[in-house]
Amino acid sequence: MLYAVLCYDSESEVCAWSKEQDDKVMADLGAVNQRYAEAGKLGPVARLMPTTAAVTVRKGATDAIVMDGPFAETKEQFLGFFVVQAETLEEAITFARELSAANPAHGTYEIRPLQYFMPGVPIA
Amino acid sequence: MTDPGWIDLALTSARPQAMGALLRYFRDLDLAQEAFQEACLRALKTWPEKGPPRDPAAWLIFVGRNSGIDQVRKRAKTQPLPPEEMLSDLEDREADMADRLDGAHYRDDILRLLFVCCHPELPATQQIALALRIVSGLSVRQIARAFLVSEAAMEQRITRAKARIGAAGVAFETPDAMARAERLGRVAAMIYLVFNEGYSAGAPEKLDTPFCAEAIRLARLLLVLFPAEPEIMGLTALLLLQHARRKARFDGDGQIVLLEDQDRALWDRGMIDEALVLIDKALRHRAPGPFQIQAAIAALHARALTAAQTDWLEIDLLYQTLERLQPSPVVTLNRAVAVSKRAGPEAALALVEPLADTLSGYFYFHGLRGGLLKQLGRYAEARDAFGKAIALATSTAEAAHIRQHLDSLQREMAAGAVPSSAP
Repeated sequence: MLYAVLCYDSESEVCAWSKEQDDKVMADLGAVNQRYAEAGKLGPVARLMPTTAAVTVRKGATDAIVMDGPFAETKEQFLGFFVVQAETLEEAITFARELSAANPAHGTYEIRPLQYFMPGVPIA
Repeated sequence: MTDPGWIDLALTSARPQAMGALLRYFRDLDLAQEAFQEACLRALKTWPEKGPPRDPAAWLIFVGRNSGIDQVRKRAKTQPLPPEEMLSDLEDREADMADRLDGAHYRDDILRLLFVCCHPELPATQQIALALRIVSGLSVRQIARAFLVSEAAMEQRITRAKARIGAAGVAFETPDAMARAERLGRVAAMIYLVFNEGYSAGAPEKLDTPFCAEAIRLARLLLVLFPAEPEIMGLTALLLLQHARRKARFDGDGQIVLLEDQDRALWDRGMIDEALVLIDKALRHRAPGPFQIQAAIAALHARALTAAQTDWLEIDLLYQTLERLQPSPVVTLNRAVAVSKRAGPEAALALVEPLADTLSGYFYFHGLRGGLLKQLGRYAEARDAFGKAIALATSTAEAAHIRQHLDSLQREMAAGAVPSSAP
């Protein structure tokens, strides 16, 4: 079985970390990652940029609507994610629009640029 | 969670919201500050034992408000203090209420807190000092050290600034859309001042100041509150792009390294990437503004893998747009640099010379003019210009940089290069 492990924290606190504190946290997490990667059990690991870098693509009456900022509703649940290579934000938005059009449900796509990405090992 | 470092961090990150709410309750900066201080002391006492509250800001607002009310009563000498246990018993239940109460207000609370610091009657240095003391919570000592003044002098400066604000009165009513937009613009400008104070060429002496990081934190905070404002995206991007170059701006001896000579491997790619996303976001709004354009210019530098790959034509065009939006001789001076790269020193000098009247007291004017004259072989005039620049330098690094120019000028003259106006 594959599991996704999601990380939540107070963004304003994490953004108040000094470079040294941030580096220390990343190094400590990296050490845990390292063990699992060496055992051939760790897939991709990503750290997202602050939510200020986010845009959200929502289903509109005819076409999808793009809004600034992260997804703010709490009545929906986090159901899945994609990692896509895009040269510009516009390209990533186009991808999300296509997903939205292909998806019959009213799902919302929050676009979060990655700050850190480790591809990990093939695990499937 | 008993690590005191963690508590400091929680207090720091909750500070703008808590201070903003307390200022709204008490309508007095000193009282709000004392109340917040008292709440922080209580937090340091109780959080290590009880663990951190779910919402630190709401907790601090509630405890701070009670402590402030005590203060007011004490001063009025009308009523004795309520027993401490009574207050702390209420805390958890009431904190939820404070949270609900503040959710609707906190955007304007934080904006107001920032806005009182940029009162137009306050000189820039006082605005910066006040914002760092009140909003960021830096110590007077930290601020004084960055401004290279004594702690007592800085304390006095901050006290004077607060008195001035108190006398002028603060607008406590909830602002309408127009007033909010105006506040936002002024606050953004103030945050940029804070950044520049940290970034300014005096840097080697100041490199360890937290001003730049604080300014970025404030810009991000503003963007969280106003997620759809392209100029705030531009401001945040601009600060990130400039800060990304911090390790490359000075060499081992503290000498300035010009942008074109910087080791681009030292630039912080993470910050640059985040800034580029913010610029992409801002562009979608098709509402250009000065911060967005300056960020776009900085982004063109950041995107160039080597100095030679810099798109000077595009930079020149962006500066022209900036000149139209926000005409200023300093903008024209900056454009002259792009023009010198694109069209040579003569064309650039033609832009620079008419600025002599307004910029004769500006270090960079004489520095750039000297450099252009030197490129044109007009050595005697170049030497004069560099001499004026040195006299206006505000840091040893600036002066040392110009002295290098003078040395190379001497060498070229000694080598017998014929002074002429030919490029």
